Amino acid sequence: MKRSVPLTIVFVTAVLLIVAFFIPHKPFGDLQSRFLNWYTIVSGFTFLLGLDSLTRHHLVRVFRRVEGWGYSLVLVLALFATMALGFYSWFKFQSPFALRAPFMWLYTYMIIPLQSTMFASLAFFVFSAAYRAFRIRNFAATLLLVAACLVMIGNVPLGSAFWHDIGSLVHAIIPGVSVDKLTALEGFASIKDWLMSIPTAAAGRGIGIGLALGGIAMSLRIILGIERTYMS
Amino acid sequence: MIASLFLAALVGLTPPGAVTARDNPNDQGGAVVVTWTAPPQTQADSTRPDSSVVPLAGFRVFRSLHADTGFIQVTEQPATSTEYIDSDSLLRDGVPYYYRVEAFSATDSARSAVVGPVVSSAQWFNTTLINILVATIVICALFLIYLELARKGAKMYIRKIAGLDAIDDALGRATEMGKPILFSFGLGYITDLVVIAALPLLRKIAKKSAEYSTRLLVPNSDPIVMTAAQETVKEAYTEMGRPDFYNADNVNFLTSDQFGYAAGVDGIILREKPGAIFWLGYFYAESLIMAETGHSVGAIQLAGTTETTQLPFFVAACDYTMIGEEILAASCYLRPEPIMLGTLKGEDFIRFWLIVLVTATVLLGTTGAILSKQVPILNNIFETVVRWATPAY
Amino acid sequence: MTFWQRISTVDRRILYVLLCLAVALPLILKPKTQVRVSEPVRSAFETVDKLPEDAVVMISIDYDPSSAPEVQPMLIGLLRHAFKKNLHVIVTGQLALGLPLAEIALNQVGPEMGKTYGKDYVNIGYRPGGSAMMIGIGREIRDYFRTDYKGVPLDSFAFMRSVHNYRDIGLLVSLAHGAVAEQWIQFVGGRFNQTIIVGCTGVNAPSLYQYLHSGQIKGIIGGLQGASEYEALIGKPGSATLGMPAQSAAHGLIILLLIIGNLGYIISRRKKKQ
Repeated sequence: MKRSVPLTIVFVTAVLLIVAFFIPHKPFGDLQSRFLNWYTIVSGFTFLLGLDSLTRHHLVRVFRRVEGWGYSLVLVLALFATMALGFYSWFKFQSPFALRAPFMWLYTYMIIPLQSTMFASLAFFVFSAAYRAFRIRNFAATLLLVAACLVMIGNVPLGSAFWHDIGSLVHAIIPGVSVDKLTALEGFASIKDWLMSIPTAAAGRGIGIGLALGGIAMSLRIILGIERTYMS
Repeated sequence: MIASLFLAALVGLTPPGAVTARDNPNDQGGAVVVTWTAPPQTQADSTRPDSSVVPLAGFRVFRSLHADTGFIQVTEQPATSTEYIDSDSLLRDGVPYYYRVEAFSATDSARSAVVGPVVSSAQWFNTTLINILVATIVICALFLIYLELARKGAKMYIRKIAGLDAIDDALGRATEMGKPILFSFGLGYITDLVVIAALPLLRKIAKKSAEYSTRLLVPNSDPIVMTAAQETVKEAYTEMGRPDFYNADNVNFLTSDQFGYAAGVDGIILREKPGAIFWLGYFYAESLIMAETGHSVGAIQLAGTTETTQLPFFVAACDYTMIGEEILAASCYLRPEPIMLGTLKGEDFIRFWLIVLVTATVLLGTTGAILSKQVPILNNIFETVVRWATPAY
Repeated sequence: MTFWQRISTVDRRILYVLLCLAVALPLILKPKTQVRVSEPVRSAFETVDKLPEDAVVMISIDYDPSSAPEVQPMLIGLLRHAFKKNLHVIVTGQLALGLPLAEIALNQVGPEMGKTYGKDYVNIGYRPGGSAMMIGIGREIRDYFRTDYKGVPLDSFAFMRSVHNYRDIGLLVSLAHGAVAEQWIQFVGGRFNQTIIVGCTGVNAPSLYQYLHSGQIKGIIGGLQGASEYEALIGKPGSATLGMPAQSAAHGLIILLLIIGNLGYIISRRKKKQ
């Protein structure tokens, strides 16, 4: 009973949604959006669970004076201060994101700089990962390195300037070759466009088709009750 | 200028032509499609005046319950428009309506004859989805055939996945070093297939961690996933006879914010210095921030995600990466029963025929393009195949 | 450890300092650069440019503050272009934390271009629903958005009275940093035949080229480079163009150090074999 009821619900819901995809007539036509709306409502409530877990974890660290408890205190205070500012801005300015609202000040001067800094730090991590990983160990790794360099240089104005210099050098060696015609080819940018449009897109499509098939297989296993690990 | 005004006064507008009204097909009712053509000797572009034509301002569509009276305007459309789908909330299925269309300019208007009665209704099948229905039936049938073959005991070979084989080594290494294990679902929701696929792996890792008494940390970005993770870990520990080993603080919620989660996980990695890290779930740009931090503390890292844009980062930063649907197949490897393997083989069979179909279509299209003058039928066949294979919704 | 071994295993902190200098110095010195416009960005520009006056453009803010340095210049460029063409703009979004960025951009560009809120553009805000909401707008936008983000009824805005669903929207622009753009393409482009262009972070751009080639989208503005190209096309350089020298220097440094690192790796490997 503990297993069979959830499995039956999964099977019936899945078959209903698959059938509803093909049937526009009510009540099938808007079944998908109805289920998605129910999920959105339920998941909104589960944030209370997350809030409970977070505050309890950090309050315990504060009360027990565990190492680093000061950071936990900052987290808890920041959490409640943000909530308070949000509610205050909502009541006073009809929206927490009204330009003069205190919450918008928090957003503009704390959330934007913090989030964009974290994203920007990705550049440093990409650099160290690339420096370590892009080594000429074998043919595939060499190809990866060359492709990465070509895309990087084709993606910035430096590539155009460099290509122009190459054109000038070729013209100096072979005067018959026109610098303007060679520059107009925009070699690095064209190669980058080709790499992004053709091999990358082909690989992306291939992996995407594989993922779609894997998704169908896994979904069928879940619908037929073969895969039950999500039920714990 | 004067001549065009004089001409407009003399000639006047003629009504829109070929006005039709029919039920909007393949919908849930409550909609009628009205089409028309622009009247002759009109032009929509008033920025290029031509004295021989009348500048058109637009069209008005009227609807009524009766053929001769009670028309109300339902819309005003621009001069370039030739179709309007009336899905007004007042429109009722099963009720006959009459329509007419009026062309208007700055100084004149002309109404078409009344068309109708037209009755809107809901359809029981969306005919534009026939190709998807056929594909769904064929694919599901193939999977079921392979499931049945598997049940009957057919031998099914599947290749090894290096990442899955390395899980035990990674766990052993972390235990020897006396360091904890970190497991992350990333930013995935419980509705993501990859998160559901990662749960059996979490269970396996939790059982090993209970066996070796190695701490398992599972920071989460979604409360529902956190709940599922807590249940999985608790049950795994109970199964291994170590329910006391479970600590809810180790399977907790950090934040649902992308970079807040990355910062939190980085902090955990730098403080706890795990010996093994498992990135199995849905990741976005924060993936490399976390994976590089994991590398900096010397952890052995295994990653698997269906987000193709993050795979290159994991390949660069991690020791093992499961690419594409390898992680979706993970549960079949953990439980290599015939019935599980049957779905994998079905997947492979369908993939093979997809490759054949795509290759044949590409060859057909390429040959058709090259020989378009000599053998035009090839191009026609190619376009028919592409049209049939493309969903129209 | 030999010199070449040291080169191939240099401390990551030294790399970070070099990168920091490579990015910071051009931002301070502000050298001029020439921006070359790529086909996907040109195509996106032309899609907006071809819209008739008074056409409606819906811009979906599907990014958050983390991607703002890359994507916000695209939004500002698009707004400038749209307002210059006298197009009506509806702003919405799939990420609640992204809408304030739209508010900041609208408050900057609207008065600059002489446009008024309510008459020329409207911010209808965020509603939860994801793909259900995307599909729902295809029937009637008021099923999800009866008011703008401040609670003013949509029908009080003159141009919104004739906007009911995607048939009344000339162009949909998704400015995204993740998979949301693909949802617009699959659920709205496929189902309602809506014309779509996408602005995205550099990391996401490669995954969208396949949609461009199949004609499912009409243009891509990818990353800071794409934003600078769009600024060049509208003739108003902004923060993206300012960032290009820094990006050039950073890329150049990375390529140089990759070459040097590999040289160190090859030479130290050869010496080890000997």
